[in-house]
Amino acid sequence: MALITTDEQEALRDVMRGFLQKYSTESDVRSVMDGDDGYDAAAWRTAAEQIGVQGLVIPEEMGGGGYGFDELAIVMEETGRTLFPAPLLSTAVLASSALLAVGGSQAGELLARIAGGDLIATVAVSEAKLHWDPDDITTLASESGGRWALSGSKPYILDGAQAGVILVAACTRAGVSLFAVESGADGLSVDPLDSMDKTRRFAAARFDDTPAVLLGGDGSAWETLSGVYDRALAALACEQAGGAQAVLEMTVEYLNVRHQFGRPIGSFQAIKHRCADLLVEVESARSAAAYASAAVAAGADDASVAASIAKVYCSQAFYHVAAESIQMHGGIGFTWEHPAHLYFKRAKSSEALFGWPADHRDRIAKLIGLV
Amino acid sequence: MDPINAPEYSDFRREVRTWLAEHLVGEFYAHRGVGGPTDDTAWDVRLAWERELSKGNWLGLSWPVEYGGRGAGLAEEIIFEYEYARAAAPARVNFQALDLLGPTLLAHGTEEQKRRFLPRILAVEEMWGQGFSEPDAGSDLASVRTKAVLADGEWHIDGQKVWTTFGDRADWLYVLCRTDPDAALRHRGLTLLLVPVDQSGVEIRPIENIARSAEFSECFFNDARTTKDMVVGGVGNGWTVVMSTLSLERGSALMPMQLAVEREVGELIEAARHSGALDDRRVRQRLVDALIGVHIMRSTNLRVVSDLLGDRSGSTAAATASKLFASTHHQRLGELAVEILGAEAIFGSDDNARKLFLLSRAETIYGGTSEIQRNIIAERVLGLPR
Repeated sequence: MALITTDEQEALRDVMRGFLQKYSTESDVRSVMDGDDGYDAAAWRTAAEQIGVQGLVIPEEMGGGGYGFDELAIVMEETGRTLFPAPLLSTAVLASSALLAVGGSQAGELLARIAGGDLIATVAVSEAKLHWDPDDITTLASESGGRWALSGSKPYILDGAQAGVILVAACTRAGVSLFAVESGADGLSVDPLDSMDKTRRFAAARFDDTPAVLLGGDGSAWETLSGVYDRALAALACEQAGGAQAVLEMTVEYLNVRHQFGRPIGSFQAIKHRCADLLVEVESARSAAAYASAAVAAGADDASVAASIAKVYCSQAFYHVAAESIQMHGGIGFTWEHPAHLYFKRAKSSEALFGWPADHRDRIAKLIGLV
Repeated sequence: MDPINAPEYSDFRREVRTWLAEHLVGEFYAHRGVGGPTDDTAWDVRLAWERELSKGNWLGLSWPVEYGGRGAGLAEEIIFEYEYARAAAPARVNFQALDLLGPTLLAHGTEEQKRRFLPRILAVEEMWGQGFSEPDAGSDLASVRTKAVLADGEWHIDGQKVWTTFGDRADWLYVLCRTDPDAALRHRGLTLLLVPVDQSGVEIRPIENIARSAEFSECFFNDARTTKDMVVGGVGNGWTVVMSTLSLERGSALMPMQLAVEREVGELIEAARHSGALDDRRVRQRLVDALIGVHIMRSTNLRVVSDLLGDRSGSTAAATASKLFASTHHQRLGELAVEILGAEAIFGSDDNARKLFLLSRAETIYGGTSEIQRNIIAERVLGLPR
């Protein structure tokens, strides 16, 4: 979601929207919510084969699309609109960004599997906190005879139970380092969590002398992870902006058809003015997400600040629009049958994911030298 | 990423920067950041500065050369305004003519009107005031009652206008009058007239605003006269003309506002650092929110300006929303400034924070109240039923 999109990028948006209209309808979303898998394997495969969504930013020589973050941002905005329940943020943003930044043959092999749609992967950093902070990492990595093993736990891993590989941030004597852990590894236990937002899955993992492969330099992962974090925040912000826009559209549609006192309730000024304020928030969220995406794509100096700003603003805007949507739908908006609660829960879970707005205000304050 | 930093404009940008560096000196330099649309501070210095700008041929950049402009494009105009705001040059005093009446005449005026008025606006020889609102016609502008009757080749005007910014400095007023009281639709019988101030039938009384500055006025018309040819856009077409004046989508006006607010946030941060308030996490969180607001203004402006320059329309909704966002955000900033500076702003004599706090109240009222903005967004952008 760049500040200015090209015709080619708009064509990608159309393709993605067409795909989601077919594979991410409300009933698709609900059937994934009710299942244990957390995603629809057939839709996931189709996304890889027809569009190459998973490998969008992976270089062509590794089987990917060779696109940049601007294109990824457009995809995230579209998936956010329909709440596409799939491990895309983890695989195509978190893991792909980390592996691309790390480089090397092991990372390359994993990237090729991701691009082919054959591997779901995620990144596990935070532990006691939700935002990423090197001081928060207590999982330890130790080496013996050239082999690394991890001990510790990560309580909330995005798509942790779906992932074939978890990229784990752990401490060595040299500092924070990044390790690849295969699902089913010895000493690894992964427990799916019963989250409020069923369109997004989390799992808790324990590592008990679990074999792991070191990716990148020993002790030098934090810089890599900071870049991954900015990309994840910008991508999430696009998803949130897309969700906010979709839920406002849905609400306005209802306000035009629902009649009380002999007129459409959208004609009442009490409703109109609230909707106008929501439109301001939605457009502002789009601006923040677009700026952050453009900054991340360009590797601009203010990319981290812009990413955290987008995280703060888009989190609040999406939640506010989703909450107002329930109110404006009245009783029907409080039912399980109506989709309003799907957006409401997604908005709240997204607000917490990667750290609360207050955490990001602290991050911004630090980045710009207020502390 | 930033369309106005594109290399094709670098010569022009350098020209602007060089000129400002050479001319924004001495007394002018001392008045950086001074003044605004509701602030008549340091009028004489600002007037002298505007004449300096005129000598440099920087006023009316996009106006055609035959009327004294440069015939430049939108990009140049935006770059100029951006650099102008970056240098914090004093706020221009005749913005009513430069931003509103001038473009209106260019769109709807007669050839004689353009030749008569536009060069004198650019030479800072004639100041203009707006006569739209009346005591009983604020948001409901179509209910204006100021009456104009054509007799013996002259318009005779009777009535009262109010909230005329810098009215007591004006040489001319552009006045929305009712010329056909019998028109079935009340916005059909309106006409925009250009009226000279220097006559016995026009009386202008300044009104003190909330900060006790007499920046706006009420104007009384008691058989005031103007010649027959002073109609803009035709008799009975006043509503259409005025609506186009009010909707002048000026991408160039967005950047300066954002830069001014950015400067205020920066000053507030320094004040908070100085007073030790910055050590408080709650204060830091709120200052970050203030910065986030500025960042959003900038991001939205970049979207809007990119679209304007590329002749695209993807950000129309964002452009409509930006006034509501900016005015609300600026008021919150004023409140935060008073809170952070505390006693000094309220009981003491810190005039800057107090001015921000007080003057920002006008921004959700002038140029269409926030309530009218919300109606426009709800009905025209979102398509909710009337």
